[in-house]
Amino acid sequence: MRESKNAARNGDGGQRRLLRLLAVAIVVTGLIAFAVTALLVNIFERKQEARNPFFRVVALTDDTEDPVVWGKNFPQQFDMYSRTVDMVRTRYGGSEALPRTPTDADPRSVVAQSKIEEDPRLKRMWAGYAFAIDFREERGHAYMLEDQTFTQRHQKPQPGTCLHCHASVYTAYKRLGNGDIVRGFEKINPMPYAEARALVEHPVTCIDCHDPDTMQLRVTRPAFMEGMRAWKASQGIPDYDVNRMATRQEMRAFVCGQCHVEYYFKGDEKRLTYPWFNGLLADAALAYYDEVGFADWTHAETGAPMLKAQHPEFETWNQGIHARSGVACADCHMPYIRVGAMKISDHHVRSPLLNISNACQTCHKLPEEELRERAENIQSKTFEMRNMAMDALMAFIDAIKEAQEAGVPEENLVEARDYQRRATFLIDFVEAENSTGFHAPQEAARILFKAMDHLRHGHIALSAPPAPTIVSSAVHETP
Amino acid sequence: MNKTTVVGAALVSCILTGALVGVGGYTFIYAKGASYMTNDPAACANCHIMRDHYDAWLKSSHHAVAVCNDCHTPHDFFGKYYTKARNGYHHSWAFTTGWFHEPIQITPVNREITEAACRYCHQDIVDAMDSDFAHAGALSCISCHRYVGHMK
Repeated sequence: MRESKNAARNGDGGQRRLLRLLAVAIVVTGLIAFAVTALLVNIFERKQEARNPFFRVVALTDDTEDPVVWGKNFPQQFDMYSRTVDMVRTRYGGSEALPRTPTDADPRSVVAQSKIEEDPRLKRMWAGYAFAIDFREERGHAYMLEDQTFTQRHQKPQPGTCLHCHASVYTAYKRLGNGDIVRGFEKINPMPYAEARALVEHPVTCIDCHDPDTMQLRVTRPAFMEGMRAWKASQGIPDYDVNRMATRQEMRAFVCGQCHVEYYFKGDEKRLTYPWFNGLLADAALAYYDEVGFADWTHAETGAPMLKAQHPEFETWNQGIHARSGVACADCHMPYIRVGAMKISDHHVRSPLLNISNACQTCHKLPEEELRERAENIQSKTFEMRNMAMDALMAFIDAIKEAQEAGVPEENLVEARDYQRRATFLIDFVEAENSTGFHAPQEAARILFKAMDHLRHGHIALSAPPAPTIVSSAVHETP
Repeated sequence: MNKTTVVGAALVSCILTGALVGVGGYTFIYAKGASYMTNDPAACANCHIMRDHYDAWLKSSHHAVAVCNDCHTPHDFFGKYYTKARNGYHHSWAFTTGWFHEPIQITPVNREITEAACRYCHQDIVDAMDSDFAHAGALSCISCHRYVGHMK
């Protein structure tokens, strides 16, 4: 009796153990099945990502200006493009968001830091010119139109030409030129700024660089087309048509070069012109301005006929090792990134120093810190040279003023003022260039060195009877 | 313990195992698991992470003489499949979770495997160089010839 009870208990115990084992097996198998299914779904999703990711939800035409509409077909690119509102400093560039009290005339509640307050030498360099009134660090693409609309530089009247690069002006050119952008360009250039401003709505948008049918890159700015034609002609290539003759990789720099260049407003029609008739070097631009007898303004302290250099990124990049190696603007400023299975250009255009992994490490297999130090090493040395040149320029302005007061003969003064014009343009060529020398370190150093040479000759001109001086003009342009 | 219980338990176990084998097997086939046992470079680009490298290899100087495995796995049977298994595990983990550095970077272990692969084929030339530069320590082939396999 007792034995049979024990046996029954053993039987019960065995069954319970078995059931417990089964329960554990179910839980373990369940967990494994859970994980395998999750993996399966993950693989499925990854495979879906690799399928054609483009959905055409709206029809784009050559008149679709609003980037929001383009963004419906290209949400990822649009999302990145929208992030150019970011205000981030790098060591030598970038912008800081400074609060300001909005007024009726200027409703901006945030602006970038003032460069002329940071370095008052700039005010004196540009004395008598609009840049001495207001010049702030450039903000991202999103602000180009707003910041131009409200800059205090409008205290001196500005023409409609400015919109060539500060607005999405392609459709406006087409409208005013009845389909011919060059005619539209010629109509808008001489308008007063406010009148022309009413014709445009957006900062740079999709249509300024992309063909709406094929999404291929294209140049839409007449001044760049004409500038390239002039430059290529100087190299013996006639009738260069950038949209027909440039390679795909060249276009990845040319669309940026439409605006990131030195320029001037030619004649009463204020035609935007890039001074590339003798080449892309700073010296070549200077030689061209001398040929045509152009001056941006008269220096308030010395009376010198001055030139203002403007953001010559495209020209400077052209002299550097990256251009020589076939690396385009977009490779570093809009590097490819992976979004799911898609490889797309990062439309959040910004300093590569804020995006070193994608911008630099694709080619340079080095740690981020090392790459940053290499870039900043170039920049700090350029900045040191730039500061020495600025001090020397201030001293030269002092010297001209003293000489004027001391009654130095006009001939000597004319020669000295010419050196002031040259030195200022060259210093400004490096100062206004948005890489603090990085785009072409040796070229930046050469330009500043040449500026110092001009200042040296300028001092000689003030102190000695006028004699023919020779400034080295043997300049070899990198093809 | 009666017979019915045992049979029931066995049946449940079999169903569970079968379900697992079924789901696992389907996943294996769907993920082209068998392709990873082969030498076909296309298998390495099953995941789109390697797409650029695969495309670049198609245009490379070594395209005609070496596939992925020739440079990225050791030249012995166990070493090759151990490396495939180890890298396969790491790559699956990275690709599934999305936790990896962009652009992707070779690990020190895999760099050594590639270095050894260079020497496996080019031993005669490398011997001459190594003896010339013995005092400078081992020279790395791929520090200079980085692009022979693929641009990136």
